Amino acid sequence: MRAAVNGVGGYLVGFASLFLIWHMASTWLLSSVLFPTPWKVFLKAIELAQDGTLWEQASASLGRIASGFAGGSLIGIPVGLAIGSFRPVRRLLEPYTEFLRFIPATALITVAVIWFGIGEGSKIFLIIYTTVFIVIINTAAGVSAVAPNKIRAARSLGAGPGQIFFFVALPATVPYILTGMRLAMANSFVTIVAAELVAANNGLGRMIWDSRMYMLVDQIFVALLVLGLLGFTADRLFRWGIYTFAGRFSPVT
Amino acid sequence: MSLVELTQVSKVYRSLTGGDYVAVRDFSLDIRTGEFFCLLGTSGCGKTTVLNMVAGFEAVSSGNLRLGGKPIAGPAADRGVVFQGDDSLYGWLSAQGNVEFGLRMRGIARREREEKARHYLELVGLKGQEHKHPSELSGGMKQRIQIARVLANEPQMLLMDEPFAALDAHTRADMQRELKRICAATGKTVLFITHDIDEAIILADRIGVMHAGPASKLKGIVPVTLSDTERERTHDRFVEVYRQVHEMIRDEVAISLQRAH
Repeated sequence: MRAAVNGVGGYLVGFASLFLIWHMASTWLLSSVLFPTPWKVFLKAIELAQDGTLWEQASASLGRIASGFAGGSLIGIPVGLAIGSFRPVRRLLEPYTEFLRFIPATALITVAVIWFGIGEGSKIFLIIYTTVFIVIINTAAGVSAVAPNKIRAARSLGAGPGQIFFFVALPATVPYILTGMRLAMANSFVTIVAAELVAANNGLGRMIWDSRMYMLVDQIFVALLVLGLLGFTADRLFRWGIYTFAGRFSPVT
Repeated sequence: MSLVELTQVSKVYRSLTGGDYVAVRDFSLDIRTGEFFCLLGTSGCGKTTVLNMVAGFEAVSSGNLRLGGKPIAGPAADRGVVFQGDDSLYGWLSAQGNVEFGLRMRGIARREREEKARHYLELVGLKGQEHKHPSELSGGMKQRIQIARVLANEPQMLLMDEPFAALDAHTRADMQRELKRICAATGKTVLFITHDIDEAIILADRIGVMHAGPASKLKGIVPVTLSDTERERTHDRFVEVYRQVHEMIRDEVAISLQRAH
């Protein structure tokens, strides 16, 4: 409890200093309408929240991230387990993972829009794409990192190959899977904004792009602030989930 | 009657860069049913290779390796292995879960395996720690979980690969006493690997001393017929056995040091 309070306290000080530096920079260093103060951005955020635009744009982006992230993880985990467990599968699929993971999702935005249109389809495709390879690679690495003595112990305790997979390899890999998912979550935020900047009817990326046309710099900053907060919150929730539901898998910090 | 028979066993590791490594050559040894056999040797003498072959983790390159008269084909529940480090424990399971693991894999009903696990956790002195996970326990306690996990599975024999080497001196002495007591209580056949002469004399019915590696084999066997009270480092008869074993291994230590340089 005390550690939790100290942790929250640390965050508060950290965030306060961030806003303080921002305030000082925008007041004295770059005193310009093009760099609004935190207070101005805050007021604008209240205004946008009250007329409903902020929720609409934020929930559009979040919805895309959520469905793409879930889809990418659901595909990535079994594929990663198969690659890590069976050498033929690794040989067969490694060309895909090793080749495609170097093509960033942002490079595929135009193709995605041509294939799936300007609506939800192209965004969810891109988030799945940006999620799936990180999850696959981390999961596969996790399977091959299982201590050989864990497997040996299981064999001499009477476990068969199927039991070793489900009761030893899989649980031992959970921390790696969760790490992969956490990294994928951060990537999803990058990808969704880029995709919405290029082609979307709504979302925080689209909000930034539209604001640019009317020089609504404070509105751009509202979107940036919200992105930062959403990303931070999503990551904390994920970590909290790991500790609460998977703490016994001794996960990553 | 012998439980394990190794006859003229050799183990060669093929290397990708050429130059095969012969770990043991023409190694012969009989381990009797119910005895505590310590295999003593310098580092790199191939003692772990012998254990890994008896465990079924590694196949023999040539020669015969039999358990109860039948060739060993691979690892099985009749030979429980206690490893040196704690990386063989399942960190996501409690102490109880770890000890139940083998029974669960072999389809033993929940009630029975819970009971057995509790019994063996108590035997190794972990009563009250059942619900803790390995990460919450000390090195000595983790080795106790490993021993309980193997005992709960009720194997014919225990294979222990320097299980106390990573422990501090006090905990090690404690664990040696406990193991001696447990083995007396359960009457298991044990193959125990160590490089520590004291440890071998405290525990063993017979000590097999190995030549320095590579291409090692057994140099000789020293029977230890000491009573419990005589198994004290300061006891005259203990010192007598120590001299005998030390005489045998002294040259091998020198050879192994020479080869390491």
